[in-house]
Amino acid sequence: MLTDFFLHLKASKLPVSTKEFLTLLEALQQGVIGPSIDDFYVLARACLVKDEAHYDKFDRAFGVFFKGVTAIPGLEAEIPEDWLRRVTQTHLSPADRAKLEKLGWDKLMDEFRKRLEEQKEHHSGGSKWIGTGGSSPFGAHGYHPEGIRVGPESAGNRTAVKVWDQRQYRNLDDSVALGTRNIKVALRRLRRFAREGAVEELDLDGTISATARNAGWLDLKMRPERHNSVKVLMFFDVGGSMDDHIKVCEELFSAVRGEFKHLEYFYFHNCVYESVWRDNARRYATKQALLDVLHTYGPDYKLIIVGDATMSPYELVAPGGSVEHFNEEPGASWLRRLLDAYPGACWINPTHEPSWPYRQSISLIRQIMADRMYPLTIDGLERAMRQLSRKQ
Amino acid sequence: MSTRFEGTDQYVATSDLMLAVNAAIRLQRPLLIKGEPGTGKTMLAEEVASALGLPLFQWHIKSTTKAQQGLYEYDAVSRLRDSQLGDDKVKDIGNYIVQGVLWKAFAHDAPSVVLIDEIDKADIEFPNDLLRELDRMEFHVYETQQTVKAKHRPILFITSNNEKELPDAFLRRCFFHYIKFPDKETMEKIVGVHFPDIRENLLRAALEVFFELRDVPGLKKKPTTSELLDWLRLLAAEEIPAEHLRAPGGKPVVPPLAGALLKNEQDIALFERLVAMAKGNR
Repeated sequence: MLTDFFLHLKASKLPVSTKEFLTLLEALQQGVIGPSIDDFYVLARACLVKDEAHYDKFDRAFGVFFKGVTAIPGLEAEIPEDWLRRVTQTHLSPADRAKLEKLGWDKLMDEFRKRLEEQKEHHSGGSKWIGTGGSSPFGAHGYHPEGIRVGPESAGNRTAVKVWDQRQYRNLDDSVALGTRNIKVALRRLRRFAREGAVEELDLDGTISATARNAGWLDLKMRPERHNSVKVLMFFDVGGSMDDHIKVCEELFSAVRGEFKHLEYFYFHNCVYESVWRDNARRYATKQALLDVLHTYGPDYKLIIVGDATMSPYELVAPGGSVEHFNEEPGASWLRRLLDAYPGACWINPTHEPSWPYRQSISLIRQIMADRMYPLTIDGLERAMRQLSRKQ
Repeated sequence: MSTRFEGTDQYVATSDLMLAVNAAIRLQRPLLIKGEPGTGKTMLAEEVASALGLPLFQWHIKSTTKAQQGLYEYDAVSRLRDSQLGDDKVKDIGNYIVQGVLWKAFAHDAPSVVLIDEIDKADIEFPNDLLRELDRMEFHVYETQQTVKAKHRPILFITSNNEKELPDAFLRRCFFHYIKFPDKETMEKIVGVHFPDIRENLLRAALEVFFELRDVPGLKKKPTTSELLDWLRLLAAEEIPAEHLRAPGGKPVVPPLAGALLKNEQDIALFERLVAMAKGNR
C-alpha cells in the first residue's frame, strides 16, 4: 500500500526520491508515530517534501489517496455550536449582534450548517471558506468583509481530513511567487568579479614571491577582496499599459538595487526617444537628453530595458509617432543608437511570453533587439542574465 | 536514544513540529527548519537542547563562511610567523589546527545538539561540501592524517530563510519542517509564556488588532511574533487600556505605539489610509 502511495506522489509530480521513501519506512518501523493518520501525514511530509512550495501539491495528493480512509467512524467533521457562538461574538459589533438575534439564532445556525455541507460537496478538496462576498447571512453581518472564516482556528475539531483539505500552503506554491529574493538569485548570474577597494585578503602567491625575494624572511602581501563590479544601465517604461505590472517591476527594481553596486536607471514612456528622466514625480525637471546618457556611461555598462513594448507601431517607425510629444526621429532609431552604444543589452518584458507574436510592436522591437527579449519571470531573468554575462 | 521533545515552558511547539523533531532525533537525521522570520527557528534548537539537557553547539553562517571552517582550520600564517621567531611549538602541526563547531560536537563525550543557523546565507556550494560529513558524521584531517568520527551522532538542526535553494542531494538527507505562522490559539499560548500576567482583555484586543494587521493586503513587511511581543511589552509598560485599541463601536483605529508593529513608513502610510477609508464608509 505504501509503495502505491509513493508512486501516487510521484505521479502527482512531487519530487520524491527512493531514499526519502526508505527514510519514511524506517521511521514507521522504528515506531516514531502511533497508528494515527494525522501523525502519518506530518511524518510523511517531513520525510518526503523538502520545500514548502510543494506542501500544497502534497496536501492535494494526500487527500486524493487517503479519501477512503477518512470514512473511519469518529473522523467526521462536526462544528460545535458553542464555538460558532464564540466566533460570532468576537467578530460582530453589539449592534450587528442585536440584528442577528432578531433573525433567530437557531435558524441561522441551521442555515449556516447546511451551507457548510453544501460547500463541502461543491468543492471537494478545495478550501473551506464560508460565505464569500457577503452572500451568506454570515458574510453580510460579519466584521470581515469576506465573511466568517471557518478553518484551522476551530479548536477541538481539527480532524485529519481537514488539515490537508484546507490547503493552507496554497500561497507558497512557487508557480506564483516571484519575490525580490528569487529575482536576486536570478540576477546573481550577472556577476563579474574584480579586485577593487580596501586590502583585506592575504595574497598567497604575492606573499611567497615577496618572501623568497626577501631571503626567506616573511613579507606578507594583502590584496582587496573580490567584488561584483558589473555595471548596469536600466531604462524603465512607466505609465499607460505598464500600470498593470507595477508590483512586479517594483520588486525587480528593489532586487536590482540590492544586487548591483554600479547601477544607473532612467524612466521613459512606451519607447525611448531623445530624452529620458530620473525621477518620475519630477519628470520634466529631471529630464535628461539620451545622447548625454550615452556619452556619460561607457560601453562596459550592461543595458537592460524593462517595458511591455506594447504601443502603436508608429511610435517605432514614424517621426512624430509618440503619443506624448512630437519626436523628430522615430523610436526605432533611438533604440538602435542605444544598442550600438551598449553591446551587452536585453529587453525584459513583463507581459506573458506566448502573447508576444500577436503584438506588432513587440515583434518589431524583438527584431531590433536581435531577439534579446525575455519575459519577467525567474526563468526569463536567468536566460537574460546568462545572455548578458557572455562575452560580447 | 530514547529522548523525546515535548516542548518547554519557554517555547510553544505545535504537535506537528514536535513530531518532526522527534522523528529526526529517533532516526538521527538532520532536521531542516524553514519559516517566516520570527517564528522561532533558531530558538527551537536552544529549547530542544535545554529540554533534553544536552549541550548546544551553534554555528552561525555568514556569506563568507566556508564548509571547512565548521570542521577545522589550519592556521598556516601563524605557524609561518612562529617559525620565523624560532618557536618550538612549530614542530607539531597539531598546534595550528583550530577545531571547528562540528569537530567539537563530534568529540563531545555525550550526545549534543548542533545548530547550523541560516545555512542559506553561505555560498551555493556550501551544503554540498558538508554532505558526507553530515551523513557519516566523520571527516578526515589531512594535515595530521587523523579521522575524526562522532562518538555520539549529534542532533542536528539547520535553519534556512529561503534566500537560496538548497541542493537536492542535501535535502534528501534531511527531515524538513516549515513552521507556519502561529494561529490565534497558539499565539495566545506563546504570549502567555512571555507575559504570564498580562490583562486578559488587553491581550484579546491586541491579538485581534495584530491578526487584522497581518491580513492587510499589500504590506511590505508583515509584523511577526517578536514584534507582537515587543508591542505588548510597550502596551503593558505604558498601561494602555484595552479600549484604546479600538474606537467605540468596534471601528478600527491606528493602534497606539503602532511603530513597534509596522517598521516601514510605506506600510504605516498604507495602514493609515485604510483606517481612514474604513471610517469614511461607516
